[in-house]
Amino acid sequence: MSRLSKYTPRKVQLGPNGERLKTSAMIASIAGVDQRTAPAPFGHALVELAKSRPEIVGMTADLSKYTDLFVFAKAYPERFYQMGMAEGVLMSAAAGMAREGFTPFVTTYAVFAARRAYDFICMAIAEENLDVKICCALPGLTTGYGPSHQATEDIAIFRGLPNMTIIDPCDALEIEQATHAIAAYKGPVYMRLLRGNVPLVLDEYGYTFELGKAKVVRDGRDVLVISSGLMTMRALEAAKALSADNVDVAVLHVPTIKPLDTETILREAGKGGRLVVVAENHTVVGGLGEAVAGTLLRAGVAPKFRQIGLPDEFLDAGALPTLHDRYGISTGAVIRQIKGWL
Amino acid sequence: MSHQNGISGGRHGAHGVNVSLEERAYRIRRLALRMGEVQGQGYIAQALGVADVLAVAYFHAMTYRPKDPEWEGRDRFLLSIGHYAIALYSALIEAEILPEDELETYGGDDSRLPMSGMAAYTPGMEITGGSLGHGLGIAIGFCLGLKAKKNPAFVYNLCSDGELDEGSTWEAALSAGSHKLDNLIAIVDVNQMQADGPSTAISNFEPLGPKFEAFGWYVERVDGNDIPALVAAFDRARNLKEARPRVIICDTKMAKGVPFLEARERNHFLRVEAEEWAEALDILDKARAVALQQGEA
Repeated sequence: MSRLSKYTPRKVQLGPNGERLKTSAMIASIAGVDQRTAPAPFGHALVELAKSRPEIVGMTADLSKYTDLFVFAKAYPERFYQMGMAEGVLMSAAAGMAREGFTPFVTTYAVFAARRAYDFICMAIAEENLDVKICCALPGLTTGYGPSHQATEDIAIFRGLPNMTIIDPCDALEIEQATHAIAAYKGPVYMRLLRGNVPLVLDEYGYTFELGKAKVVRDGRDVLVISSGLMTMRALEAAKALSADNVDVAVLHVPTIKPLDTETILREAGKGGRLVVVAENHTVVGGLGEAVAGTLLRAGVAPKFRQIGLPDEFLDAGALPTLHDRYGISTGAVIRQIKGWL
Repeated sequence: MSHQNGISGGRHGAHGVNVSLEERAYRIRRLALRMGEVQGQGYIAQALGVADVLAVAYFHAMTYRPKDPEWEGRDRFLLSIGHYAIALYSALIEAEILPEDELETYGGDDSRLPMSGMAAYTPGMEITGGSLGHGLGIAIGFCLGLKAKKNPAFVYNLCSDGELDEGSTWEAALSAGSHKLDNLIAIVDVNQMQADGPSTAISNFEPLGPKFEAFGWYVERVDGNDIPALVAAFDRARNLKEARPRVIICDTKMAKGVPFLEARERNHFLRVEAEEWAEALDILDKARAVALQQGEA
């Protein structure tokens, strides 16, 4: 392929209603037009937590605004540390703060934590098993800026890291609950963040986050979708739509990617007779899909198994709805893929 | 009882009070050579080179309690250069934070003294170093945490001139200046040798002092094998009333004190023949005896 393979003149592409499609900026919300949302759930949860936890501090590398940490910074300016656009020193300093008894909540974009700061997270935080919470915006494909900002492999990178707990929350409710839960847990955590006006979905299902627990959010006899993060809300929407076609879809939400709740996954996947689909906002390499596949194979559980996830490619820039559809993680694409496998 | 300040390096303990810093440095070199002999090779040239710096840090400048290495009031000493562990273990043994007989385990299976320093293994080893360029950034977190707790302890971070090649060192230097960390004292061991050759030939970091100054630091540059000069530099760094981080750049000689090892080129990872260890110890002992006879400066 030529270096400039995408660099040919194009015509303006219009949306289904003739509207001009725009690149989803960093501050863009992944919320659909009619979706209920809650503002900055991470920032507000951290402010609430900080009232009773004086050792909690916030640290960022010039991204408090785009990770919702600014809410905490406003409420507790003396407990907020601006480390500049320097992710290495951000993670190292967080380790030092943890050694002095503080619990740093550290924010940046997922690409910068997973790629640029990996060695610092590995050696300064994870190897010493320090109480640092790394909370990162723009996980997977949640920006249209292209590969520089799309953290399509963040989970694969952190799954290989001993001591690291990995959380991929679905919505505003779960982000709030997970923020409290990871603060109650002592040890390093990587949490994927949705920021801004974050969709509110799981309250309808009476869901409560528990660290390390996968939960059946919806039951069904034909298909079992095992999903994390925003793909759980897509799976739930797909399940509603598919029920009109008499396809009964169960959704097992797995917000803790590591340590994986293998017991619940094996119980649900082992029930038999259901197509098992793992859906994740992440490359199909090294994420939840392969983690589940390995779990099933090691236990001798062999349902019909499919993966929904991002391809092993550097993805395009563009408008997020277009990209989600193109790469198979929009609700419509989830429905099409499941139907095709039945 | 914390260690007392004073050029005598006086401190209670089995190794005696009012022991001179020269004696401390001699003992640190001896301990390092004995550990090197256990493995038959190692970063012994660095240990011999930095022994005077460690003697002044541990027996003049720093406050700590040997029997309580996690004491909240202690000055923190971070070893960014993990492979200098052999040097720090020697200082920790001399400081009675580690028992002397454990040096026989250096680098062995299940030893508390691995070849590269790690926090979980060794009392007095504050961080896991070794991935070079990490220490100064971690030190910033210690400093910010201590300030938030209103704890007046200092944070020392020992890094090498090779670590000046790492971008993260300069990220941290910029950050420390920005945060005006007057509780941070960085020590740079400029021994002019890294894995592939002479440090400034690998990546020219000179003029070094002005670089730190430009980043907002107070700079001392001294002969790192001159104990009175080191004492004066540490004193000025600690007593400075300005709200900025401090760096003591120490020009040291690799393998200092053992001329036949000093003369070896490419001494980053020294191979020493079996019979040479005793010879090296003997040279140290004789030089020490001469210094004592001459009444020691």
